[in-house]
Amino acid sequence: MARSFPVGRVDLSKEVVKLRKVKLYALSTCGWCRKTKRFLDANNVDYEYEYVDLLTGNDKVRALAEVEQYNPRKSFPTVVVQNGDTHVVIGYKESRLREVLGL
Amino acid sequence: MTSDEARALYERLKSEAEGAGYFLNPDVDFVLDLMAGLLTNEERYGYQACPCRLAEGVREKDLDIICPCDYRDPDLDEYGACYCALYVSEEIALGQKEVEPVPERRGTEPEPVGEEQEEPLVGFTRSGMPVWRCKVCGYLCARPQPPLKCPICKVDRDRFERFAWP
Repeated sequence: MARSFPVGRVDLSKEVVKLRKVKLYALSTCGWCRKTKRFLDANNVDYEYEYVDLLTGNDKVRALAEVEQYNPRKSFPTVVVQNGDTHVVIGYKESRLREVLGL
Repeated sequence: MTSDEARALYERLKSEAEGAGYFLNPDVDFVLDLMAGLLTNEERYGYQACPCRLAEGVREKDLDIICPCDYRDPDLDEYGACYCALYVSEEIALGQKEVEPVPERRGTEPEPVGEEQEEPLVGFTRSGMPVWRCKVCGYLCARPQPPLKCPICKVDRDRFERFAWP
């Protein structure tokens, strides 16, 4: 029996956005981290975030090791965008965020 | 920590800054968020560690990032703002220039090491009084011990070092 498939064009750029992983490593006390978070929210970006200063024990060690992998200085905010390639944006850089997020 | 406390800290830092030739970021909401961060860190660690850096929680290890940090003045000179953009240049304070992201300076410049000396050259006045230097603002004074607080930038005594030359 034939199955039906949705008809119509698939917007590939939207499919890529769905597969994309965006992660923000931030400090809960930091003004630039707050700005970055507001920017992602304002642009409806689907992302995960962690406040590294609020983590303890192994969670903190794990998160810091992750940040270090992308940003050896371990500074905040660090945004990691994985969409086949890995893009890292260190600090609140709006134009660079727009570029890597396709906004 | 309440918004009143953040406001009070803001008023105090603003008047201290202006009295000493420094300027706070003109974006008051942004600064109040930083005040909240400083107060959170004070509760958490016992001192106002930089809100934009991850503190260790041990004062000796975090001395250089207790606000105002050791990097404020070089960052003001080079970028017109400290790492957090709490302190800014006069141009930025007057709205003539925008704040730009400041890269992390901490750890980029190894402590300057002079030539190995048999006896370290430390500063004394002719009368034998030791000279102390504030690592934050560069204030120098000659007295038996550094002041409890720097009269210029108000940081605590443990931010002073012995002034050495050459």
